Amino acid sequence: MLFLAPWVLISALVVPLAAGLAMIILPAFGYLPVLGGETFHFDAWRALWAYPGLHRSILLSYVSGLITTLVALSVVVLFLAANRGTWLDRSIRRLVSPLLAIPHAAVAFGLAFLIAPSGLFVRWISPGLTGWERPPDVLIVNDPWGLSLMAGLMLKEVPFLLLMCLAALPQLGTEKRLMMARSLGYTPTIAWLKTVLPSLYPLIRLPVYAVIAYATSVVDMALILGPTLPPTLSVSILSWFNDPNLDRRYMASAGAVLQLGVTLAALLTWWLGEQCIRRFSHYWLVNGARKAGSTTIAISGRMLLTTTTLLVISAIGGLVVFSLAGFWRFPDAFPGTFTLDHWQRILPSVITPLMNTLSVGLASTLIAGVLVVATLENAVRHHLPVSRSQWLLYLPLIVPQVAFLFGLVVAAESMRIRPQLALVIVAHLLFVAPYLYLSLSEAYRRLDPRWVQVAHSLGVGPWRAFWQVRLPLLLAPLLTACAVSLAVSISQYLPTLLLGGGRIPTITTEAVAMASGGNRRLIAVLALLQALLPFIGFSLALLIPRWVWAKRRTMQGVV
Amino acid sequence: MNANPRLHIKQLTISLESEMLLAIDRVIPPGDVLTVMGPSGSGKSTLLAYLAGFLSPAFTALGQLYLDEQRLDTLPAEKRGIGLLFQDPLLFPHLSVGGNLRFGLPRQSNDKHRQISHALEQVGLAGFEKRDPATLSGGQKARVALMRLLLSKPQAVLLDEPFSKLDTALRQETRSLVFGQLREAGLPTLLVTHDRADADAAGGPVIELG
Repeated sequence: MLFLAPWVLISALVVPLAAGLAMIILPAFGYLPVLGGETFHFDAWRALWAYPGLHRSILLSYVSGLITTLVALSVVVLFLAANRGTWLDRSIRRLVSPLLAIPHAAVAFGLAFLIAPSGLFVRWISPGLTGWERPPDVLIVNDPWGLSLMAGLMLKEVPFLLLMCLAALPQLGTEKRLMMARSLGYTPTIAWLKTVLPSLYPLIRLPVYAVIAYATSVVDMALILGPTLPPTLSVSILSWFNDPNLDRRYMASAGAVLQLGVTLAALLTWWLGEQCIRRFSHYWLVNGARKAGSTTIAISGRMLLTTTTLLVISAIGGLVVFSLAGFWRFPDAFPGTFTLDHWQRILPSVITPLMNTLSVGLASTLIAGVLVVATLENAVRHHLPVSRSQWLLYLPLIVPQVAFLFGLVVAAESMRIRPQLALVIVAHLLFVAPYLYLSLSEAYRRLDPRWVQVAHSLGVGPWRAFWQVRLPLLLAPLLTACAVSLAVSISQYLPTLLLGGGRIPTITTEAVAMASGGNRRLIAVLALLQALLPFIGFSLALLIPRWVWAKRRTMQGVV
Repeated sequence: MNANPRLHIKQLTISLESEMLLAIDRVIPPGDVLTVMGPSGSGKSTLLAYLAGFLSPAFTALGQLYLDEQRLDTLPAEKRGIGLLFQDPLLFPHLSVGGNLRFGLPRQSNDKHRQISHALEQVGLAGFEKRDPATLSGGQKARVALMRLLLSKPQAVLLDEPFSKLDTALRQETRSLVFGQLREAGLPTLLVTHDRADADAAGGPVIELG
């Protein structure tokens, strides 16, 4: 049975993806029998091309995806190069995973409340520095250039890329490389850039591609922070699909195919950039420069990452203030009165969304957990090397959500499966399983094989060894992986909205739906609730092993 | 002592990508220790992996392994009845000392509790059942690992440089304890080492590999 696991896992990811893509591509060329489209033609493309503001939408998606990835990656690389294991460095590293757990929408709302004309930043410097007695009439959030969207994306991408780097670094023997280069007279910062980075980048290339794909096609953050006239391509596609005029479906499908093209173009651009850097950095790596720029890099690396971290923390702090604010006159830095009214008012109405969020999150985590563990156990038992088909697992992270989720709905409907809770779980599985695999596979493969061999030599069979030796030893990484997967599920917006047909409200869909409404205090409560759930998950993942292994010293650390 | 079986490694050759690593044909009588010596890379650990049933599919092994008349090499590791002592004691960190010993006991043994406390008494660790293995000294861990092995009632034993990580004084003591217990239990034993003193203490025949 076990040997089936990798196939079940891969087909659970690839089949919905392929079906979704097929049911996007066919309607884009006029074929959608449900709506009477029986012939192939290019009408949808002509309508799409004539749509006002399309070129700007495309450009926004393409440019914001590339710029944010470039900046976020630079921040992370500069920080790691500057990182000397000081107190500041270590505390930032420790903050990374809790920061990563905060859902996109919560970060976006928090940032919006910080930088809006009546937000915290303006209040803090007004009227003293600005002389403003009332909020200035400027468009900061939803600015036409997408700058606030890019800022929000970076706040999420930096912790993600940093965590991926930190996970990959132990494989590289960083300390030895640095020692060698420093003994040849290189400053630590330049030594890191010249001896560690070239080996690190290939290990994080896939996460970088996932970031590009995400940033070019994000929906929830763009709804909250992005430009509106015209919005990014992904948001336009969403509105065409939701248009009461069903003929718009064809144009929306063409738009989704276009989105796929925009993301691929961004990935291709990045890849070309990689090739150029590989060619031209060769000279730089061996030119013998040992010190040039190392102070600038060391200072900017720390400053940039500290700023990012502080921004995320103040964004969350801002949400807390807004959620408790009573009467709050404009340039006052803080509310005059605090109240629990907003919490009390909203809590009764969030019971159902809360239950939906939890049941979808737990169900998809459970299914993904069983499939991933079975796949890894199968690989370890049969000494299988890391298989080439592994990249299939990451496809759902590279293909933009808007480009295939609508198709998945059409595909399900053509099999007479209406949008419902089970479909939402299936859709979440697509994004939860790759992350669960990503966070568990290293720990699983690294566990000393002799533990299970000892068990066998004591006459214990494979299954008992699995339950009584491998799982207990891997309890901590397994719980962390589950917390990651729960956090991923909680932050999903588009899959929940589409596959639930809008009838399965979760905390996330409720919060994003309020974005245009503008009651900041209620939004703040919802965004905080959304951020709280993954936080509870990560705390449990940290506390349970400590509690279970309270009397086992070795198990307290990392196995 | 003839009630105990002997271990027969019959015309064994192990090769990797058609390059032969080792060839061996030996009988180990009950209570005897066969020592295999050789530098690293000579195939010692490959031989152990084959005997214990953990050989990676990359290797090709020809020949058979018998315990008296019973063929072992076709059985999975857990059904061979071959116990293993590694360089490290490898006490399960999530179980107590008593839990580790209980893990080794066959499922249907009677009076597990008494067997465990008796085993601990034998090696001077009476009353250690509830202890966390992490709080034990190196020598104590080695002794618990040995008793865990013996409680699992193996038919034969493999030793993978089990003394190499102990300091000199402790090494002497642990050596005589391990060989004494194995001889008393009448188990055929194969010892892999690169320490000549181990071979001398074992007192049996020696094969040089590589």
